[in-house]
Amino acid sequence: MSEATQPRRAIESGVPDPFPQMHPVMKENYGKWKWHERPRPGVLHHVAHTGAEIWTVRAGTQRQMDIHTIRKLCDIADNLADGHVRFTVRSNCEFMVDDESKVAPLIEKLESEGFPVGGTGNSVKMISHTQGWLHCDIPGTDASGVVKSLMDEIYEDFKKEEMPNRVQITTSCCQINCGGQGDIAINVQYTKPPKINHDLVANVCERPAVVARCPVAAIRPALVDGKPSLEVDEKKCICCGACYPPCPPMQINSDESTKLAIWVGGKHSNARSKPTFHKLVAAGIPNNPPRWPEAAAIVKKILYAYKEDGRPWERMNEWIERIGWPRFFELTDLAFTRHHIDDWRGARRSLNASAQLHF
Amino acid sequence: MTKKKHDTPLLDELESGPWPSFVSGLKRLADDDGKPYADMMKDLLGQLEHSYETRLGYWKGGTVSVFGYGGGVIPRFSEVAKDYPASKEFHTLRVMPPAGMHYSTDLLRKMCDIWEEHGSGLIALHGQSGDIMFQGATTENVQKAFDALNAPEIGLDMGGAGPALRTSISCVGHARCEHSCFDEVRAHRSILNEFLGEMHRPALPYKFKFKFSGCANDCSNAIHRSDFAVIGTWRDDMNVDQEEVKAYVGRNGRKQVIDEIIAMCPTRALSLNDDDTLDVDNKSCVRCMHCINAMTKALSPGEDRGITILMGGKRSLKIGDQMGTVIVPFMKLDTDEDWEKLTELAETVIDFFAENALEHERVGETIDRIGLANFLDAVGVEVDPNMINHPRTSSYVRTDDWDDQARKWFDRKAAKEAAEAAE
Repeated sequence: MSEATQPRRAIESGVPDPFPQMHPVMKENYGKWKWHERPRPGVLHHVAHTGAEIWTVRAGTQRQMDIHTIRKLCDIADNLADGHVRFTVRSNCEFMVDDESKVAPLIEKLESEGFPVGGTGNSVKMISHTQGWLHCDIPGTDASGVVKSLMDEIYEDFKKEEMPNRVQITTSCCQINCGGQGDIAINVQYTKPPKINHDLVANVCERPAVVARCPVAAIRPALVDGKPSLEVDEKKCICCGACYPPCPPMQINSDESTKLAIWVGGKHSNARSKPTFHKLVAAGIPNNPPRWPEAAAIVKKILYAYKEDGRPWERMNEWIERIGWPRFFELTDLAFTRHHIDDWRGARRSLNASAQLHF
Repeated sequence: MTKKKHDTPLLDELESGPWPSFVSGLKRLADDDGKPYADMMKDLLGQLEHSYETRLGYWKGGTVSVFGYGGGVIPRFSEVAKDYPASKEFHTLRVMPPAGMHYSTDLLRKMCDIWEEHGSGLIALHGQSGDIMFQGATTENVQKAFDALNAPEIGLDMGGAGPALRTSISCVGHARCEHSCFDEVRAHRSILNEFLGEMHRPALPYKFKFKFSGCANDCSNAIHRSDFAVIGTWRDDMNVDQEEVKAYVGRNGRKQVIDEIIAMCPTRALSLNDDDTLDVDNKSCVRCMHCINAMTKALSPGEDRGITILMGGKRSLKIGDQMGTVIVPFMKLDTDEDWEKLTELAETVIDFFAENALEHERVGETIDRIGLANFLDAVGVEVDPNMINHPRTSSYVRTDDWDDQARKWFDRKAAKEAAEAAE
């Protein structure tokens, strides 16, 4: 190996051109598609104005992939598809073929190699997730493990299209919520103020920046044992963890106080209703590796209540809007508490100011 | 001597069950004795098991970058390196995928070969911000891995991290979707590649994200998850193939069509005629996509296509969640001039953000702090009723220049009518 004395200068090439990577039928019919159908769960069939057709087989993956898994996907694409794949934002691998006869052998091979085919239409999608203990510097829980354990339990719902509409589940390993909005979101919820290591604050943290980061102005500079540090007004603290990333000595996590919360009704699409944020429905759930059974039980309870009671095309938020929150809490056996009532700014807009009630 | 693997009884439980197991993948890498990453992955599994036992994370950040760039590497140093020395440095390279996440197997194989030589063998496809995440390089190997990935024959470049322009996501769009109303690849590449300096040399107040979705289904989650969301739409009447509508009604029945399509239109813009054709009140339609999603063969977007731009979406820190707000209700993307206008608007907004946002403030928070009307003045966009759900309900506003403001509206209207008459 030759050692350069001067580091190589980067080629600032930016976002790569996808056309050399794209399946030829997609490239030739770019912007010319006419309609599509789903012949079976996990398969899309698109027809272009030119008459061209393409079939897509969507397979679930573990997202965090070893090179052997990626090479296996490549072998399948080379041998049974046409040598091209694309990934969805939810980490599914899509194989495109130009002939319907290639679909069945492709599905058979993918499933025999352990890649479930599904995730289309009104299925439960692959859970979108974050980094967790595997790679994040501020995680309250793991991400890949939560997803793996939950996808094992709702595996059949990924492979079938039997929900009222699509279900997008997300997980996040701290309250920053990198996992984003979901029909069901499983997110870390801290329950105690940070524990401060006053020996380290002055050297590690830019104190004014940490003070400024707090959403409720609960942090102030202080001298502790003669050392410049920070202190938290624990009566004001909302335990959000925002101070922890800029100041790791303000440890927000602990094996006991870091809990999970479940939120429902987040939606990115504009179809029918406008995009909505997910809403808190359950908290205080133990952070219980390796399979998080308590969180999984609540997710399944919500999921199957929706499956049972939702009407075709209703997303989670639309189902709840129709049946009302009293019925939601009844059908899911979840407790309704004072913590469900928002008190953040703009909160009054979330209160019922009408005589329209559900009984 | 071959390094021993740590016992991982908790992680082992994640090898059972039908969903593909990331733990089995990590173990395959740890078992690759003789490969440069095998020992690193043995200790990585050990540290992860330790996290599962203690319910705590053990990574801390730091400063690692490649020559000439200030961002794109997520440094990770282990806090328990004493027990897991081979994975004491486990940095991630965020690398931008081809727009739309298309890959030939040739490119994927080359990525694997590079990461086999310089990294851990672990690649996430993809991270939440849309990057290929090459996870697990030593500090020394970060530059080597980047040099290989960035070589002209591979053609990959670093993505964004920190207070900078971030890697973008565009939906599959024009490549394989009939709903797509603009050229997502061109938008994605022309904007991002115009501002690479803001990505690779972080100097913004905080992160800034663009996302691109070809229609209002917003498969790239742009409205909530980006500062600058570009959503495809159309202005004229939607396309209706009445013969296909009749065929759909014939297949599915009137009740299903009325319950699941007509009655679910959010603005009551649809009606099923007695002869099973569809009556569309296009002036009331808000382009939500529901009926088009349901009747893919009969209905499609109109011909006068373009984009809507929303700005300011973000998650809670620190003022609470924000969806993006409509800033440009409609913009054409036909001519080169149209495309230049889009890039110019992006530049204006980035410049305004760079100069006026507070430290660690997203542009949505800036808009919240200064008010939408002031933001519009700053970026040179005129007010439009499509930007609001409803006009103000509070009377606490000073209106002594009302006539001047109203005159602007009527002048713009007259100018628009004159321009349309001239066409």
